[in-house]
Amino acid sequence: MDISAIDNSFLKHGTKYKGILGWLMSTDHKRIGLMYMYAIMIFFVVGGLLGGLMRLELFRPGQDYITAQTYNAVFTVHGVIMIFLVVIPGLAAVFGNILMPIMIGARDVAFPKLNLFSFYIYVLGAILAIASQFLGKGAPDTGWTFYAPYSTDTNTNVVAAVLAAFVLGFSSILTGLNFIVTIHRMRAPGMTWFKMPLFPWSLYATAWIQLLATPIVGITLLMIIAERWFKIGFFDPNLGGDPILFQHLFWIYSHPAVYVMILPAMGVITEIIPTFSQKRIFGYKAIVFSSVAIAAVGYLVWGHHMYTAGMSTTARWFFSLLTFIVAVPSAIKVFNWISTMYKGSINLQPPFYFTMAFVFNFMIGGLTGLVLGSLATDIHVHDTAFVVAHFHYIIFGGMGFAFLAAIHYWFPKIYGRMYNNKLANISCAFIFGGFTLLYFPQFIIGMQGMPRRYFDYLPQYEWAQVFSFFGAIVLAVGVIIMLFNLIKSARKGAIAGPNPWNGKTLEWTIASPPTVENFEEIPVITEGPYEYK
Amino acid sequence: MLLQVASNFVEGVDKAFFIIMGIGVIFLVGLTTLMLVFVFKYNKKKHPKAVQVKERMILEVTWTAIPLLIVGFMFYYGYIAFMPMRNAPDDAIQVTAVGKMWEWNFIYANGKESKKLVVPFNKAVNLKLISLDVVHSLYIPAYRIKEDMVKGEEGFMWFIPTQKGRFDILCAEYCGVRHSYMSSEVDVIDEDKFNLWLTIIDKKSNKEELPGFLVLKNNACTGCHSLDGTKLVGPSFKGLYGRSEIVLTNDVERNIKVDEEYIKASIVNPDIDVVKDYNKGLMKSYQTVLKDEEIQQIIEYFKTPDEK
Repeated sequence: MDISAIDNSFLKHGTKYKGILGWLMSTDHKRIGLMYMYAIMIFFVVGGLLGGLMRLELFRPGQDYITAQTYNAVFTVHGVIMIFLVVIPGLAAVFGNILMPIMIGARDVAFPKLNLFSFYIYVLGAILAIASQFLGKGAPDTGWTFYAPYSTDTNTNVVAAVLAAFVLGFSSILTGLNFIVTIHRMRAPGMTWFKMPLFPWSLYATAWIQLLATPIVGITLLMIIAERWFKIGFFDPNLGGDPILFQHLFWIYSHPAVYVMILPAMGVITEIIPTFSQKRIFGYKAIVFSSVAIAAVGYLVWGHHMYTAGMSTTARWFFSLLTFIVAVPSAIKVFNWISTMYKGSINLQPPFYFTMAFVFNFMIGGLTGLVLGSLATDIHVHDTAFVVAHFHYIIFGGMGFAFLAAIHYWFPKIYGRMYNNKLANISCAFIFGGFTLLYFPQFIIGMQGMPRRYFDYLPQYEWAQVFSFFGAIVLAVGVIIMLFNLIKSARKGAIAGPNPWNGKTLEWTIASPPTVENFEEIPVITEGPYEYK
Repeated sequence: MLLQVASNFVEGVDKAFFIIMGIGVIFLVGLTTLMLVFVFKYNKKKHPKAVQVKERMILEVTWTAIPLLIVGFMFYYGYIAFMPMRNAPDDAIQVTAVGKMWEWNFIYANGKESKKLVVPFNKAVNLKLISLDVVHSLYIPAYRIKEDMVKGEEGFMWFIPTQKGRFDILCAEYCGVRHSYMSSEVDVIDEDKFNLWLTIIDKKSNKEELPGFLVLKNNACTGCHSLDGTKLVGPSFKGLYGRSEIVLTNDVERNIKVDEEYIKASIVNPDIDVVKDYNKGLMKSYQTVLKDEEIQQIIEYFKTPDEK
């Protein structure tokens, strides 16, 4: 086995310090990306366990294991961890950091120190989020949406949780800024905008959302704190505020935040499909423009979270119309992905299986999104288990599966070693099966009228909770198999070589794992990113 | 059928569902099949060399235009089923629906109050929606309607019940610890029965006429402390005054008798002496919310014995 590539790589060589400090103080984008990955994986497991606790409690109607107050805290913490600590940083902070500079032919991001600083802001936010669960008068019980006036009124430790979300927002803003500058200024010579691979493109669109939308939620969360501490009436009607204003401000950020999660996921899928089909991507420009269109129109559809909140009728139908329009660029991407497979030479490897699962889940998530975008049907299923199923299909079935696809795709590049293919395929099957069993029944009881965030439920909804519980177990088994496979293979897997999948983008032209400097010589780009002959 | 069909809106909503889901299923099955066919047909083993296909503008324009038309069509069906929900007829029966932690109260034009929403069969009913505290959402699955109740604002929803019987009313907007128990029902009865029902106004007992009772109601105290002895989030108010309780003070058990001092202390510092088997941290201090005078009124109310 030739392990010289690993010995020469960024995994063994820090920039300035040695040992653990070589990681903690590293400004190497790859090391920072990996630190994000380990942190996110830990939080994913914690958030997942909390989700499992909810499923256990819901297994039978009535109170079984935890009280209603604990349940409410658990779903709040589950939401805060999963949204703010896992999926929003998710793909951009992990794979954006590790791979984007390499894919555009750069040695690092534009501001490496700022990049490390962003990571520490993330860590600070994470510590605050965890602390909010243990300090003060009980864990926050508002749901991750912090709706006023409940959030300005409840006795629990909301301020710390809100402050955590605020701090995490800064990490997101700075990462976005860093990526925008990197992509503008540091592309390799000859790499024009339309010769840039599509994952960096998706990160570029995402970065603008992070930069422009995150400050709004920051200010909103500060307003909650001002209201709670200084009794300034923004949202609390008792102080002369308007609760609906909170919902507007919250969703002006939090809806685009969905695109912060899903755009990089689409970018990952757009890299994987050409590689495993050995084909040029179909409709390169259409994919670029649809990413930008999603980012742009995605700003203007926040009101579809509020059809029942008491907005004017005109606002309601206008938001519905815009919501339907934003569905089209997502549909175009699906057509492009499937067309890319046409007449390809498809190599059925684990990343491709995860990708197929992504496409299937994403279609279900998107199509049920249309039910929620439509006025009359949303009035019925709004705030029910249908919504819970829909966004888990988009966020977990979409972004989550894309994350898993990305790990399996770039694993040999990052660690220089290969995982066990068979185990990876088995874990994919378990995760996909468990996921489906867990969330699909929730669509049905949602249509039957089971509201979300219910600690207890009417007997007619019990069957689905039973299915979901067993789905959660299957899913957990899949995740355990996957983690076992990946952790073991990162240290002991067979040597992968620079380009195990015959990919065309720049990361496959350098050693696996990359050296600290990525490129000995910055390449000169003369053709598009997916020029399979 | 998955759900009861019981109001004038069901047909339009279900039709929009059917159309959107129907088209969705066609796309899902079609595209998934296509993907699987490609994966089998162009598998590396059978198809070792990829053929680079030229992009066709016409294809891309088509698959942009057709989805645009389809979503326009879906929007339209959602829109036409929705618009009537926002146009209540003028002759509808007016009922004020009040949401508070964690119960519903329905108030009729003649002052009659009810925990259940009793309505006449086949007559339009217009609910004025009011919240006394946080956001609630009045949801009747069998009617396919839902609208939030927001404090400081006045919303409305309306419907015509097209089936007699009882249908669940649920709260759909998360509102705290007993959110999932904040339910009631619509009871649809014949019009003459309804008119009779409306005239029977439960006379309030003298105790309920006391100002302290109103203070307890308006601050949603009764959401956590029942009046009938049921164990909710906190101890019941029934027979409270003079009762012996075991409380935990700094985790040490001690016996107390509920008197004026204890009641006042529990309102101002609820976490100091917590009755055994109940949890700390669930109640906030009402020191800044209630005036001293109101606290006195509450104590007067508790002192007044129940009537039989």
